[in-house]
Amino acid sequence: MMQEGLDDGPDFLSEEDRGPRAVNVDLEMDATLQVDISDALSERDKVKFTVHTKSTLPNFKQNEFSVVRQHEEFIWLHDSFVENEDYAGYIIPPAPPRPDFDASREKLQKLGEGEGSMTKEEFTKMKQELEAEYLAIFKKTVAMHEVFLCRVAAHPVLRKDLNFHVFLEYNQDLSVRGKNKKEKLEDFFKNVVKSADGVLVAGVKDVDDFFEHEKTFLLEYHNRVKDSSAKCDRMIRSHKNAADDMNRIASSLYMLGTQDSTDLCKFFLKVSELFEKTRKIEARVAADEDLKLADLLKYYLRESQAAKDLLYRRSRSLVDYENANKALDKARAKNRDVLQAENNQQLCCHKFEKISESAKQELVDFKTRRVAAFRKNLVELAELELKHAKGNLQLLQSCLGVLKGNT
Amino acid sequence: SNVSLCVQSEPASLPAVDISTKTNGPKQDSLFDEDTEDLFAEATEEVSLDSPERDVLLSEGPSPAITPITPPISVITPRIGHAHDDMFTHSSFDEIEEEEGGDSFDIHISVSDPEKVGESWNNLERSGTSMSLFRQKDFSVKRRFSDFLGLHSKLASKYLHIGYIVPPAPEKSIVGMTKVKVGKEDQSSNEFVEKRRSALERYLMRTVKHPILLKDPDVLQFLESSELPRAVNTQALSSAGILRMVNKAADAVNKMTIKMNESDAWFEEKQQHFENLDAQLRKLHASVESLVCHRKELSVNTAQFAKSAAMLGNSEDHTALSRALSQLAEVEEKIDQLHQDQANADFYLFSELLGDYVRLITAVKGVFDQRMKTWQKWQDSQMLLQKKREAEAKLQFANKPDKLQQTKDEIKELEGKVQQGERDFEQISKTIRKEVSRFERERVKDFKMIIVKYLESLVQTQQQLIKYWEAFLPEAKAIS
Repeated sequence: MMQEGLDDGPDFLSEEDRGPRAVNVDLEMDATLQVDISDALSERDKVKFTVHTKSTLPNFKQNEFSVVRQHEEFIWLHDSFVENEDYAGYIIPPAPPRPDFDASREKLQKLGEGEGSMTKEEFTKMKQELEAEYLAIFKKTVAMHEVFLCRVAAHPVLRKDLNFHVFLEYNQDLSVRGKNKKEKLEDFFKNVVKSADGVLVAGVKDVDDFFEHEKTFLLEYHNRVKDSSAKCDRMIRSHKNAADDMNRIASSLYMLGTQDSTDLCKFFLKVSELFEKTRKIEARVAADEDLKLADLLKYYLRESQAAKDLLYRRSRSLVDYENANKALDKARAKNRDVLQAENNQQLCCHKFEKISESAKQELVDFKTRRVAAFRKNLVELAELELKHAKGNLQLLQSCLGVLKGNT
Repeated sequence: SNVSLCVQSEPASLPAVDISTKTNGPKQDSLFDEDTEDLFAEATEEVSLDSPERDVLLSEGPSPAITPITPPISVITPRIGHAHDDMFTHSSFDEIEEEEGGDSFDIHISVSDPEKVGESWNNLERSGTSMSLFRQKDFSVKRRFSDFLGLHSKLASKYLHIGYIVPPAPEKSIVGMTKVKVGKEDQSSNEFVEKRRSALERYLMRTVKHPILLKDPDVLQFLESSELPRAVNTQALSSAGILRMVNKAADAVNKMTIKMNESDAWFEEKQQHFENLDAQLRKLHASVESLVCHRKELSVNTAQFAKSAAMLGNSEDHTALSRALSQLAEVEEKIDQLHQDQANADFYLFSELLGDYVRLITAVKGVFDQRMKTWQKWQDSQMLLQKKREAEAKLQFANKPDKLQQTKDEIKELEGKVQQGERDFEQISKTIRKEVSRFERERVKDFKMIIVKYLESLVQTQQQLIKYWEAFLPEAKAIS
């Protein structure tokens, strides 16, 4: 279908999108390991990402290299982190969402079917817009996959993960087929159990004030972010609809202008031109709000879930620790398998303490990242809104000047 | 000479409602025979065939509903049926034009203070004018919606058939009215009342801007009389109903005999122009209505997002970020109000302008059709005369002196009719040319003025947006 390079359509996304795309996360990129997605290709139903690595670490054969990866391979990597017991105490960077061009493709198809019912100009215009929309979605999915890799590369422990290195370096297909039905079902049940446990665990008050506070905070925050994200999306959709209407109004005014025999023809043509330009600005406003606000909220929806998962893992290890204590008491009482029980208890205790320690740091980091990301995006949002409003205002005022001068 | 304002002195003077398709001439008996029953029923929801206002429109002799007014200074020649009145000549038309030159157009009408009286709403209508046409400078009267419709139906019946473009009155809206009657005090019924108020105001202003209509006694009475006669205060025909009747009559004409030989390319060209304009305006209107709808949605969704952002701010445990999120929520709340205001401007300025002109063009098309009807009538008289002449020729050889004399008399009468028919046709053609050029001038003025106003509303919105975001930016930067 469409094959895209990355640098098409400079009009559509803001300039901030070039360069490091870590818009939602404030990351320190250091020279020892730098990862980015240097290219991407959209084919029929899959996207191929070119993952480019620059590293001074000795584990890699070269200092700079690239491989091609697909979405499933990112998921494989993410899941391998989640399943790794050693990483139980870290917030696992959330997996990027699946590239979803279905809606956009459907619209392009509908446009093709409706070609007969509109003028050539209208058709060309709409086609250009839908293509731009497609491109925007494409750029977004690239950004989200890149952010995932950057987060991993920035994490002091995860960056050393072997699977990660394989992912970066192995230049053949990793052959991670998508999960089959059985595995998907297993996952489903795992999640059901987890959430049931989650409820259980959430009910038990934690001795540690810090974690108690974090638990309360995260549970509420996650729900609120979910709600805000959904409402933000709806708001932006209305904005896009209004911009589409302006497009049609511009076309109609143009027709009126070319057909009118009175003084109004020049008038209509000028106003049509205005609507054409102002609509472009409105579309940019919607796109920027999407990037700076909607994407931000979506990202922190996923991150807060990852943080909740961490808390859950800690709670589970606490439950294990408490069970091990009970087992030890029992063993001592019966004076049977005491050593084994002691060892187990030690293991559980150690595990719990290790998770608690790293979790604390992770949660503090999470807060720091979150505050920085919100700050950056809210500032940029306000600046862009101002830029567009001022641009719009200037357009309107200059048009009014011309129209009033003629009247 | 006679200046009584008897409008319907003879049924023949109401060809607008003369929808006989079976005969060639105006009917002398009741206008509302079986053929026409359906049209009337279609035109309004409430009027039955025996209701009083029908009689008002049809009665012979001075109608009780239309009281004669002795105008203060100038002699106003009313537009009355042309069947018998020889004042209806070029000179009387010119007289009125002279009067126009004397008094510059200076009248402002506002419709306000809708209040519920019993089952319906009254609007207060305030007029301010310095024109000598009126007794006072400032005056206000109470009118019901049906009064407006009644005014339009009177004007339409007097002026449409002689080529004047009579502005249509606002439509009745069953849904809206029901809500209001039931006493539902919610936003949509408030919006309905405001929509109607605004529409009535625009309707009156358009009507008085017309130099002929302004001087019509019914219009003056409507504006000035503290109380309109009872008979009018009943449910009346809707404008759409009248126009539909008029246009249906025209359709009947078209389906009839020969298509008119258009000797004047101007008319053909203009008709085509209005067809195109109609199509374009409808399309634009639809797009603007869609914009209004989406802007209202945007307002609602922004408000919801604002609330959600406030909740998010509440749950955020970093103090500075929490504050900034609350500020964001406040900004979005202000912006939602901005969108609401803009949607109103979209509607009341842009959308209603287009809607008004779509309706006005229906009236314009109506007068073109009336001209066709007039031509047809003239042709019919000519054909009848021809037949009579043939009959006369035959009777010359049959020894029937009485019949011959009768036929000669009829011929004389028909010759008069033919001449009148030709004069009528020329007159309506002349009137339409004047009306169309006036209409186009007004159209240009209207569109320019209102679209400029609309753009100014857009300017205001952007200026407010800038203010809000400029206030927010330091708050966002203050997060640390």
